[in-house]
Amino acid sequence: MDNLGNIGTTEEQIELMDVATNFCRDKSPMDKVRALIDDDLGYDPQVWKEIGELGWLAIAIPEAHDGVGLSMAEVVPIAEQMGRNLMSTPFGTTTLAAQALLAGGSEAQQAAWLPKISAGCAATLALSEDSGDWDLSNIACTGKQDGDSINLSGKKQLVRWADSAELIIASVKVDGNVRFVVIERSALGQGALRRESIIDETARSFEVTLDGVTIPADALFDASRTRETIEKIELAAGLIQAAEMCGGSQAVIDYTLEYLKTRKQFDKIIGSFQALKHPTVDNYVEYEKARTHLYSAAYSWGEQGRGEVAVRMAAAQAHSSYSRAADRSIQFHGGFGFTHDCDAQLHRRKAIFDGALIGDAAYQRSKLAGLLFD
Amino acid sequence: MADKPSAAELNEFGDAADAWFKENTVRDPGFMLPLTFMEVSTDQQFDFLREWQRKVYEAGFLGASWPKEYGGGGMHSEYQRVATRAMKKHDAPIMLNAIGNGWAGPLILDLGSEEQKQTYIKGMLTAEDIWCQGFSEPEHGSDLGNAQLKAVKEGDEYVLNGSKIWTSLGDRAKYMILLARTDFEAENKYKGLSFFLNPMKVDGISTSRIKKLTGEYGFVQTFFADARISADCLFGGEGNGWSMAMKTLEYERGAKVKPVGGYFVKELDVMQIVELAKNSMRNGKPLLDDPVMRDKMTQYMIDIQALNLNNTRRRMPQLMQDKPMGLPLMNKLARTELIRELTEFSLGFQGTKAGYYVGDENAVDDGYWHRSYLNSFSATIGGGTSEIQRNIVAEHALGLPKTR
Repeated sequence: MDNLGNIGTTEEQIELMDVATNFCRDKSPMDKVRALIDDDLGYDPQVWKEIGELGWLAIAIPEAHDGVGLSMAEVVPIAEQMGRNLMSTPFGTTTLAAQALLAGGSEAQQAAWLPKISAGCAATLALSEDSGDWDLSNIACTGKQDGDSINLSGKKQLVRWADSAELIIASVKVDGNVRFVVIERSALGQGALRRESIIDETARSFEVTLDGVTIPADALFDASRTRETIEKIELAAGLIQAAEMCGGSQAVIDYTLEYLKTRKQFDKIIGSFQALKHPTVDNYVEYEKARTHLYSAAYSWGEQGRGEVAVRMAAAQAHSSYSRAADRSIQFHGGFGFTHDCDAQLHRRKAIFDGALIGDAAYQRSKLAGLLFD
Repeated sequence: MADKPSAAELNEFGDAADAWFKENTVRDPGFMLPLTFMEVSTDQQFDFLREWQRKVYEAGFLGASWPKEYGGGGMHSEYQRVATRAMKKHDAPIMLNAIGNGWAGPLILDLGSEEQKQTYIKGMLTAEDIWCQGFSEPEHGSDLGNAQLKAVKEGDEYVLNGSKIWTSLGDRAKYMILLARTDFEAENKYKGLSFFLNPMKVDGISTSRIKKLTGEYGFVQTFFADARISADCLFGGEGNGWSMAMKTLEYERGAKVKPVGGYFVKELDVMQIVELAKNSMRNGKPLLDDPVMRDKMTQYMIDIQALNLNNTRRRMPQLMQDKPMGLPLMNKLARTELIRELTEFSLGFQGTKAGYYVGDENAVDDGYWHRSYLNSFSATIGGGTSEIQRNIVAEHALGLPKTR
């Protein structure tokens, strides 16, 4: 099974893990997470500024573009701690946009945007549409060339943090082919964004109407690298969400353990009952498997073939373990678990949302089966 | 301790071991070889494996790092590691004397007297003296600390009464590591226990074979009826039985006493199951075209890969900071349950042939998968059931309160 990838860490990864563990815990206590649910923006701009100053948006950007010159492997511990502390910000989408630019952007596009992202500018991706298909090439939005400009039409859904992003990378069909385009936030007209009601209340997401949006022809990504860009986006998104879900699994298991260790019924601490104890152990085992896969995927990042197997294994296992652990957390909290006040629901909702973004565990497995058996 | 060998010295030793196992390994002696020391059923199997262990020992590839004065090779532990690797590479049969070499030996080397070391170590390495384990009792399986076999001191002897069960190789063993109750008034159940290096061939000790669910034999129930053994057989002092029994488990990790080498259980090669699936048909099409089988097999691949990688992750403190006991303690639970599920799953590949069993010429792989599935319970039940393992993980890794 060696050919399916190994596990290892880098020094930078471990340093970042230590810093991120403290930062995310300190900056995202639960009362703040709760307060931000009712906030329009959905995150603390001061914290976002600090994330930029820490250089975290620049980690996987080459030094030539003012980046740190590391890889997605070093993004993993940060995303993990963010997921653990339900710290929602445009960190993930901005990192993804940079990866998309690196995979398929022209030299000019990279030179224009990557230094800005390195310096803390938020960005996002507009990929999903009404079909609900996780296949990124199954899209209906179009771009029609008109001299030096391109007229866009159609609607994009689940565009996270679109109101904060200065840059949106969208997929559209141009002459029947999938192409990626760079849309500056300023190109969108009044009313182009409609805030969506999404299952994860800690995140923000928008429907983006492209009708009437015109962009210059040089906003197109390199035509020859569309396939590569799709693959890079899928894998980077898979890795980031797997990391967040792993952190979330850890948090919801700890949250459940805390309750099992303190709540009394029938004069006994309920954690002594095997009906609660044993499934909690099983959920913990599944979480540790997910975390092992996560750091294997980080380690295998960039390896052709092997990297995709490792990322999809991590995403599949993280989604199933997060879903299960949060589901059981609701149940094990009894009546309190049914309330909005119980944090278990925050995690359960986020697991659903994360699965919706990248493809749930069953989808990841169907992709894996092709890689493993065909 | 011997000096750490140079790479060249190790390579030379490794090449010699490799050549020796290539030359001497018999994989098909004409009868089914046991996959674990718990499955030795026939005289043919026993004789073959006993002879095999002696041969490996005499070639210098077992006990290579145990002290020379007691029969070991007196070499650095790296040599033994290299030899074991060669053994694995050539898919050599298991080492038979598991309880002797894996449990009793390290305990005696660690805490035994000079005389005990002289008496016991060499015979367990040559497999001349087979050892068995007497911990479980018919009424006390999971609740080991509650063992009731009575050992009463009379003069310079102990008189034993009671029964032990699930004793692998019990009818063939010369010695048993025995957990017995010497004090029925002790302040708690653990403090009443003592540990003995018990001779099996004495009056009053008899064994009765137990037929396993596979249809094979392999372990026995042992009866003690006024059996008298020398008081010298007591090991570790009266009342210290529980801590001695727990110590035997620690040696598995090889930190205190260098591992004897070899293996007592053959790991199932899970990739064989993928091969079996790939070679199986369903409705005229390859089995793995069936979406349900495909999805399940993929999940198992995820599980297998995670457990394999966990072995590496366990040695990486930077990824073990939160709940450091979690991964080590969950390993037995996760691995044995996965193997049970996988072998059960493999039966479904076989269509009508899932109806055959060992001994029929129409059986797939001579019934290997059926036998493996039924035998997999020995690992989910033996050495602490999966349910007990969950308690252990819950209490020692997750900090949940004890179940009372």
